[in-house]
Amino acid sequence: MRSLLRTLEHATLRDIALVCLADALVGASFGAISVSGGLPLWVPVAMSLLVFAGGSQFAAVGVVLSGGGALAAVATGLVLNARLLPFGFTVADVLDGPWWRRLLGAQLITDETAAFVLQQEGRRRRRAAFWLCGIALFTVWNVSVLLGAAAGGLIGDTDALGLDAAFPAVLLALVLPSLTDRRMRTAAVAGAVVAVAATPYLPAGLPVLLSLVGLLFAGRPRVEAERPTGGEGVSSVEKEGVR
Amino acid sequence: MPLYAVLLLAAGTYAYRLAGPLLGHRLALSERLRHLLAVAAGVLLVALVATGALTQGHGFAGWARPAGVLVAGVLALRRAPFPAVVVAGAATTAVLRLCGVG
Repeated sequence: MRSLLRTLEHATLRDIALVCLADALVGASFGAISVSGGLPLWVPVAMSLLVFAGGSQFAAVGVVLSGGGALAAVATGLVLNARLLPFGFTVADVLDGPWWRRLLGAQLITDETAAFVLQQEGRRRRRAAFWLCGIALFTVWNVSVLLGAAAGGLIGDTDALGLDAAFPAVLLALVLPSLTDRRMRTAAVAGAVVAVAATPYLPAGLPVLLSLVGLLFAGRPRVEAERPTGGEGVSSVEKEGVR
Repeated sequence: MPLYAVLLLAAGTYAYRLAGPLLGHRLALSERLRHLLAVAAGVLLVALVATGALTQGHGFAGWARPAGVLVAGVLALRRAPFPAVVVAGAATTAVLRLCGVG
């Protein structure tokens, strides 16, 4: 761990600490909202350890708390996490080495670790950024979810406190930065209209999946001419990713 | 949420993550697919926000909840700190309910 710290610059270490702090707040809200919404404590804790992808954890629990089936929750979470697939290819070189390192490291691939790896130049730094950010985030995320879940168990009437609004509020705060792209916005708005319109008629959970018809408005990726360097393509996907 | 659902979601997510490190040298994703995956994530999240804010079961959730989410959205756009966004959203909804708004 100490050699990892020495490899990275102060500014990078500070950025990683700030990202950890922000994720701790999101994690604590996830634990608190899940348990106060009526789920047993082990659900948010197990999800955070095993799934370790905040956006999909919120989404899956959101589907379940709004009355949707478990499979609809899983499907929503899996579609949301599909963006981790390109991240895995982006950071693959960092995980070269013995098989156990790849298996352990794979679990630490997130929007944040991929972003920090992309910022660094040189193999040693990329590797240090990945492991330091990954281990720190995994620890902070799971501790904060546990603390939030314990606190959420103490909350009484969740509707009187407006906690049912906290769920969509968190998701909105998470997704807003990725809506800078116009076609992304068009696709998202179209999908949202379809999902809300379908809600009275379909079993809970399905309308959200149906929103994917909005992808028809996604258009093609920007042409190369708008991108000055080859690496830019990866980082624009990066910015669109949502934890 | 049953345990098998947590395990399914975890296994699928891990498979996405492991594909790159295992196949990295033999396979590359097209730009088109990367773009689609990123947009799909955004579309799903916005749909979750919309249905979560506006609907309860198969009906309308009442005015208090969407009003709270709207306040949270405005604060998030103005780059307010994350805890402020969430607390303000919940507080708006709570106060409206206290005043008798459904």
